[in-house]
Amino acid sequence: MSPSESEVLVVQGGRVIDPANGVDGIRSVVLRGGRVVEVAERVEVPRDAKVVDARGRWVTPGFVDLHVHLREPGQEYKETVETGARAAVAGGFTSICAMPNTLPPNDNTSVTELILARAKAAGLARVYPIGCITRGRKGEELAEYGELKAAGCVAVTDDGSPVASSGLMRRALEYARAFDLVVAVHEEDLQLVGKGAMNEGATATRLGLKGIPAQAEDVMVLRDVALAELTGGRLHICHLSTAGSVRAVREGKRRGLLLTAEAAPHHLALTDEDVASSDYDTDLKMNPPLRSAADVKAVQVGLADGTIDAIATDHAPHAVEDKKVEFDAAANGILGLETAFPVVLDLCRRGLLAERRLVEALTVGPARCYGLAAGTLSKGAAGDVAVLDPGLEWVVEPEKLFSRSRNTPWKGRRLTGRCTHAIVGGRLVHELGGSR
Amino acid sequence: MIGRHRHLIGLEGLSREEILEVLDLAVSMKEVLSRPVKKVPSLRGKSVVNLFFETSTRTRSSFEIAAKVLSADALNWTASGSSVTKGETLLDTAKNLEAMRPDVLVVRHSASGAPNFLARHVGCAVVSAGDGAHEHPSQGLLDCFTLREKLGGLENRTVAIVGDISHSRVARSDLHSLPKLGARVRLCGPPTMIPQGVEALGATVHYDLRSAVEGADAVVMLRIQHERIGDPLIPNTREYSKFWGLNARKAAEWLKPSAVILHPGPINRGVELSSDVADGPHSVILDQVQNGVAVRMAILYLLAGGAPEGARPGKA
Repeated sequence: MSPSESEVLVVQGGRVIDPANGVDGIRSVVLRGGRVVEVAERVEVPRDAKVVDARGRWVTPGFVDLHVHLREPGQEYKETVETGARAAVAGGFTSICAMPNTLPPNDNTSVTELILARAKAAGLARVYPIGCITRGRKGEELAEYGELKAAGCVAVTDDGSPVASSGLMRRALEYARAFDLVVAVHEEDLQLVGKGAMNEGATATRLGLKGIPAQAEDVMVLRDVALAELTGGRLHICHLSTAGSVRAVREGKRRGLLLTAEAAPHHLALTDEDVASSDYDTDLKMNPPLRSAADVKAVQVGLADGTIDAIATDHAPHAVEDKKVEFDAAANGILGLETAFPVVLDLCRRGLLAERRLVEALTVGPARCYGLAAGTLSKGAAGDVAVLDPGLEWVVEPEKLFSRSRNTPWKGRRLTGRCTHAIVGGRLVHELGGSR
Repeated sequence: MIGRHRHLIGLEGLSREEILEVLDLAVSMKEVLSRPVKKVPSLRGKSVVNLFFETSTRTRSSFEIAAKVLSADALNWTASGSSVTKGETLLDTAKNLEAMRPDVLVVRHSASGAPNFLARHVGCAVVSAGDGAHEHPSQGLLDCFTLREKLGGLENRTVAIVGDISHSRVARSDLHSLPKLGARVRLCGPPTMIPQGVEALGATVHYDLRSAVEGADAVVMLRIQHERIGDPLIPNTREYSKFWGLNARKAAEWLKPSAVILHPGPINRGVELSSDVADGPHSVILDQVQNGVAVRMAILYLLAGGAPEGARPGKA
């Protein structure tokens, strides 16, 4: 993946926002041999250097996404490691974590190795596999955390399903300490969820869809924060979506627990009311569901004040046949990688989030959650860079996305802000076609 | 002008005027049903397909008779099970039927929003005959029609709806229509059967039957649908009947003498209604069934692009 030692790439004259180093200003970034060698106002550009003109653009560390469903192995008709990694770099994400709910699940090293081999062959984004908490994601026995970590897994999760047993969850948090692994949790009490298809409340009542109460998430977050306290384990809350979860995480952090959390762009931008205005569009169906306006507000505040460490897309590709059905029968999940930046940038325009905090939550924030060597432009760091045009307007045309699937709620919508270049290990892996 | 909508998938999006248009036309339609020869040529050459994914006797028959009285050809397609278990998707089924060129597709489905989904993907008019717990627009309209007929109007009238509001599409369609005609709606049932946020639809909520029905001009009693209840919403039908069922004693003590009792059917006798009430003087349940045909004739007429104004049945 790395270019030779002498190759130089200079990203020139952009607004460099590198929260890990407290940098926000017009700078040029020099990458040599795949690493960052200099970030300065004036730099020397060698004659044979490749130059990316970033004037008028943002230059940030490549984005880090803790939550991506690459679907390989097993559901390659939805996405592959390669198509997912291509979608990632098109959205500015140079490091992505691959969720283990594949077929078979990533609960053993052969699956981990396959994902890594596919990622290496693709040569696009860096792919960090995540292993399972329990064997087969069945919630019955622990998976082999030591083996998984040695093979390259950066965390464990049963994402897509909760760990229903409190006793098993306790043991997972304890056992993971031996390998300093984070246990990342998908929080829902299945008894409270029942056959729910969207957030419970006035909108679900009007649409006649069965509701999922916010408390189905809250009770599990509260349980696991308590178990993190009991065990001293490292806990990460995936796709947090409710005001109650934000409160529970804030309180847990205040007490000094090893606790981090992520939120998805859609939970920061859309509400359950959008399910009604879209007339039951299944591209607004995901789990956790779009919540009430009050929940969205609380998640926005949680992101702004640092309670939520990371923006993670929960990129969940599904084929047309999984989505073009009755709302009740439709698969959960939406695409996220290629629309995340403009969707969350909108929060800055609305005065809800500082630009620097936004970049932090897309870079060093997530990198710290799992201890990834990414998300920074420190000297010597991996040469992973995103160049973004914050003012570029574009219309989301699903058939033009790099993902193999089309399930985006932003189809046909005009968004502002787009990644124009993505650089991984000093190599330009994505350039927006037709711009400048 | 419900014709501007092309489809009838719910009453939420209809204005007062649009609802009144159907109800007024249904008056003429009802007159046709009282004739010795119950047939008018209004929809001759048109075809109506009834696509039912849930079992139904009265609604399907009602749409079928309505189509036939208007001289449309009616075809019944009963599919069991959801698209998932059937193997063929809902859209494929609908597309196959559409290829046979019907003018109206009448759809009943257990999934809320299924008619909305079909309306986006097929070319003919879609009429919902009930979808999940969403809406049952023709039932809502026939309830309005019956109440208008029996009460002389709905302005400032009070209607109580009693039962499993959570799972009831009838309650929702009533809630989206009765207030537009000037009525106040009270909802009543055990708290486990009252959905979150239902007050936002413009109703008051009562857990006590007496407070809900006292002073009401009409009471809509809903069927307790065992087949829909996956949760333990009530301990059993015995306790339900004791606290939320209506019997002759409660009716005599609590109801206005002029109050009418409606039920979308089929009745669970002895659960929500005792037989003496179901068959008693307050009951207008069989009028609802007859009015249902008239209302569905009006719906089909307006959506199937019936004959021009002069050929309306009332003026024939």
